[in-house]
Amino acid sequence: MQDWMGNVLIALILTDLLLLGSSQLRNAIRLMAVQGFVLGLLPWLAHGKLTGAALLMGATSAVLKGGVFPALLRWASREIHVRREIEPLVGYIPSLLIGLGVLTGAFVAGARLTLPWASPSPLLIPTGLFTAWTGLFLIMARRKALTQVLGYIVLENGIFILGMVVVEAMPLLVELGVLLDVFAGVFVMGILVFHINREFSHIDVDQLDALREETL
Amino acid sequence: MIAALILLPIGAAVVALLMESDVRRRRLLVGTAAAHLGLTALYWCNPPTVAADAWLGFDSAGRIFLGISSVLFLAVAFYGAYRLGREQRGRQAEVDTGMPFINAPEAVYTACLLLFLAMMTLVAASRHLGVLWVALEATTLTTAPLIYFHRQPRSLEATWKYLLVCSVGIALALLGNFLLVVASAHADGSGGTLVIRELVARGAELRAPWMKAAFVFLLVGYGTKMGLVPMHTWLPDAHSEAPSLVSALLSGALLNCAFLGILRTHSICAAAGIGDFSGNLLIVFGLISMVFAAAFLVNQADYKRMLAYSSIEHMGLLALGAGLGGAALYGALLHAVNHSLVKAALFMVAGNFVAAYRTKLVGQTGRALHWLPVSGGLWLLGVFAITGSPPFGTFVSEFTMLRAAFAQGREWVAVVALVALGVAFIGMTRTFLCMALGPEPGGGKFEIAEKEQRAAVIPALVLMGMSLWLGLWIPGKLHQALAHAARLLGGRGP
Repeated sequence: MQDWMGNVLIALILTDLLLLGSSQLRNAIRLMAVQGFVLGLLPWLAHGKLTGAALLMGATSAVLKGGVFPALLRWASREIHVRREIEPLVGYIPSLLIGLGVLTGAFVAGARLTLPWASPSPLLIPTGLFTAWTGLFLIMARRKALTQVLGYIVLENGIFILGMVVVEAMPLLVELGVLLDVFAGVFVMGILVFHINREFSHIDVDQLDALREETL
Repeated sequence: MIAALILLPIGAAVVALLMESDVRRRRLLVGTAAAHLGLTALYWCNPPTVAADAWLGFDSAGRIFLGISSVLFLAVAFYGAYRLGREQRGRQAEVDTGMPFINAPEAVYTACLLLFLAMMTLVAASRHLGVLWVALEATTLTTAPLIYFHRQPRSLEATWKYLLVCSVGIALALLGNFLLVVASAHADGSGGTLVIRELVARGAELRAPWMKAAFVFLLVGYGTKMGLVPMHTWLPDAHSEAPSLVSALLSGALLNCAFLGILRTHSICAAAGIGDFSGNLLIVFGLISMVFAAAFLVNQADYKRMLAYSSIEHMGLLALGAGLGGAALYGALLHAVNHSLVKAALFMVAGNFVAAYRTKLVGQTGRALHWLPVSGGLWLLGVFAITGSPPFGTFVSEFTMLRAAFAQGREWVAVVALVALGVAFIGMTRTFLCMALGPEPGGGKFEIAEKEQRAAVIPALVLMGMSLWLGLWIPGKLHQALAHAARLLGGRGP
């Protein structure tokens, strides 16, 4: 099980790095789908055996993050004719280089943060930290509202991975509540993306800057 | 009983979505709010005992925040039913910018308001940090469409900012919850929990380093929602762009819900013996918020933004009181009640101003006391209430907190807070007086767009009256609940 878990986590790190370097929105959505689907295997692997709760949790997560979200984003990008991120705030090569630096930092932090008990895998915490960071970075360094929604999903993925450390303690009901919230959040964001597209005729969020301080 | 409190607004929201008639839907909104307040009052009269391991139940702190939400919601529903009746159909021009817009469907708007009430009730009832998290994130999702009621670019920008900033913040709080589970688990990894009472009871065995990390993440996460500086960026935009009744609910009820989340975490820290660590962090964030907000209150050009910055200042004050602990925590809880009453009243009056003057800019208004006598009068009284002058309730609560700071030998904290309060007082009084008494633009030719109606001022009058009442006399039941909650959350009653 340990080997499998390691392989899955390495796959997740690779999807993060590819996400940082992908300029085509379609590719990014595909990567997010792969990541979401692979994520669904984690509860099973972390438990060590296939329990009912792990199966339900993993399956719901895989369907939502590997199927529903990507379909939603793909549909949205087609409807509003966004194909690629033009002129991101941080370029793709610099993004990748920063990403590699942060990945190193995540491994160092993971080695320092020793859990009070044996972790399902030594890669778990570094992967979670790096994925969460990738999500935050995509939200901050990209202009398209759609890419920001994607970043939010990746951030949630990272926190989901970190949650595997405490997989025994989180009640299933709460986990499902969290997933429901994320789903509703992405849904509302998706609706807003449409409105942004209509109001501004584009979805570059750095044009959303009318609101600022003015004094008398 | 709890189920009734939560399911009643959810059921009403579903009905509101299906309803054809606008008039009946508004009646449903007010009726549901009244029924919710009735149930809340029943709860206050004879609070049932809660099982120790139950996930849902109202302890004294939960009852206080439930009470605030319920009272405010009824006032806002009443006001909202009137305002919605006056909304124009079809295309109209936004005030100040002149941007054309249409309204969001009223059914969706009403349903979101009702769902928001249900989720606030769930926050107040949560005795499990996971449930609390789910409910708090749900409040973000149900309020986002409310801010975007006037479908125009500026409100869209505010909504996007609000949704993204708060969602990311709350995501970090989820990480805090995971860390808390690690802190509470036994050496073999079992026994981790998020049930608040269990965590407090097992305080001594919690792992302090993990607990500290958990508190930092939860403070940043829920602090984003509460509007603590520097995570406040969404707050002024959302409050100024949202319809005034939504701003009233955001300021008066939503920020408090996030505050409750922080208080719950802080109480666990106190039980784990790191109350000093979490308390000091709260004090630092509180003071930064107060000083920053005070700076932006001076010469603020937009009066709804000014009220928003005042909310940041008061949230800073609440964090400060919670951090100081002891009698200051009692003061903070009382202040949460007082601030909500006054701020909601002021936002509703601001809504009347927007309707009458067709602007949110201070410079474009004037002689409010002449044009809108009751609103103008409330505005004048309100500035004293919101800056903590006697005889209003805010004075009592601010005084309690500052006295506790001096009594604890933290004079510098009290001094910084006093300076911030002083700057805010000067900044706000000047603007408020200009609006109420200063000359209107355009001299003799000026005419307001909407005459004052009784329904537009009664809710604000009632809330302001309650704040005055709390300044003169605190009812016994409320005092008991406040004192008990302060003990429960790690302090003690005065």
